[in-house]
Amino acid sequence: MELLAYAAFFLTVAMTYATICLGLNVQWGQTGLFNVGVAAFVGLGAYVSAILTTPEAPGRLGGLGLPIAAGWVGAALAGGVLALLVGALTIRLRSDYLAIATFGVAVALQLVFQNAEPLTGGAFGIGFIPRPFGGLQRQALPFAALNLALTVALVLILYLALERLAQSPWGRALRAVREDETAAESLGKSPLRLRLEAFVLGGMVMALAGAVQAHFIGFIAPANYLPALTFQVWAMLILGGSGNNRGAILGAVVVWAIWAATAALIAHLVPAGEQARASSLQLVAIGVILCAVLLWRPQGLLPERRAVPRHLGRP
Amino acid sequence: MDRSAGQEAAPVLSARGLSKSYGGNRVVSDLSLDLPPGGMLGLIGPNGAGKTTLFNLLAGAVRPDGGAILLVGRDVTAQPPRARLRAGLGRSFQIARPFARMTVLENVMTAAQAQTGESALAALLRPARVRSEERAHAARAREILDFVSLSQLEGEPASVLSGGQRKLLELARVLMAEPRVILLDEPGAGVNPALLDLIADRIQAINARGVAVLLIEHNMELVARLCPRVIVMAAGRLLAEGPPSEVTARADVIEVYLEGMPA
Repeated sequence: MELLAYAAFFLTVAMTYATICLGLNVQWGQTGLFNVGVAAFVGLGAYVSAILTTPEAPGRLGGLGLPIAAGWVGAALAGGVLALLVGALTIRLRSDYLAIATFGVAVALQLVFQNAEPLTGGAFGIGFIPRPFGGLQRQALPFAALNLALTVALVLILYLALERLAQSPWGRALRAVREDETAAESLGKSPLRLRLEAFVLGGMVMALAGAVQAHFIGFIAPANYLPALTFQVWAMLILGGSGNNRGAILGAVVVWAIWAATAALIAHLVPAGEQARASSLQLVAIGVILCAVLLWRPQGLLPERRAVPRHLGRP
Repeated sequence: MDRSAGQEAAPVLSARGLSKSYGGNRVVSDLSLDLPPGGMLGLIGPNGAGKTTLFNLLAGAVRPDGGAILLVGRDVTAQPPRARLRAGLGRSFQIARPFARMTVLENVMTAAQAQTGESALAALLRPARVRSEERAHAARAREILDFVSLSQLEGEPASVLSGGQRKLLELARVLMAEPRVILLDEPGAGVNPALLDLIADRIQAINARGVAVLLIEHNMELVARLCPRVIVMAAGRLLAEGPPSEVTARADVIEVYLEGMPA
């Protein structure tokens, strides 16, 4: 019983990472936008949704007590607005400069989470974020199972929508821009418009994922949204297969499993006093795996598909 | 407008006094040319004469310092490449630029114009319409691939194509956009003789369908075969214009070509 509940808990968190990965896949996998500020979008979504849905709390702004669904929608919209603002300023930049700009945004926003105490609760963050099916919290298994079902359904819906987009002329135009912007423009595409659209869509999905994660865990703190999160998500996408939506989901599950396994291993092997320091080894493990993938299977577990779409048939 | 016989049709593409400098160096200087509808014009000249810059000016990749570009009588001097393509002007690149990690068929389909599904919202919400458009575009792309003899490779990523096949793919892509004028930048460069023959033949066939062609080419044999008229550029200016055999016999043309040669 306990094991099942744990498995459901593990997979639910993995599904929230899979959602972040799907967002990054739109930006990087399909469009080649080097976003190194993933944590900013995830964190923004988490905080916006928390502020919208938590009950009123003394000394803190927000606490509007809105339904969870409203928090999710608000988070996605906020992610879209952030992407639009950052994108409008930086999308003309070449990929490595976009990386620097997005990294800076992520660091700045994390500092806002940490210091805008009246709004974000400062270093302690926000607690009592309403959890879906919260009424069942005391029954571990049904609670875990229902939350898993909810996140799986969300990932499935997003997967189907993003896959339809990827197979569409829009997705094709994104890939054309990724491959050769000059050639794409000579064929009538608008690289600026396409890159901005992909950046906004990806930002919305990431922020939604941040909100879903926050509601599942029930509390958030600024330390959740450090650059290490961005690194984790990149490792997931690269391992799973950049440019492939199924790969993004698979990579999230695999890397999250490695993360959880190494955490358990450290808890088991390392003396209690050293565990905080030893947990850095988790990042080392992810880094080593990332290097191995880049060396031996740079296309990831599930490579981008290049087949002719089925509905177009063959002559 | 009724045109009496003998009167020349209005040019489909014309340049009026185009100039472009890079850091005080005049690369194109007061250059004018006219391309009649369905015409085929060669653009030759020694290396560094400004041919590719002229192409970039005409296609909109580079803005001129002075002068004007008219496409079907309309001034497009201030318009970006995609607006010119919409008005009927397509181009190829000196070094082919395939979308390497996309299939050959996708490369060509990308070039279809006015695709409903290029709006993300329409792609999500109007799948039936997008799908039927896609079928039509796939059918036309396959016809074009057949025309350039790349049908067998439609499912392969463009990265596997040889140099000559990449030139053919560029030709296919630009045809998919249904242009009235095509600018071809050295379609024969780095192509093996067997494919070169095919490329020349396809360019002729395209022109025979009424598409006007402006062609940069160093291979004089190819130019002589394709172009009834050529213009010669030297040091950014128009040096000579006429049938290839006459122009290449002119003393001043021979001189500018010899200047570029090691003594």
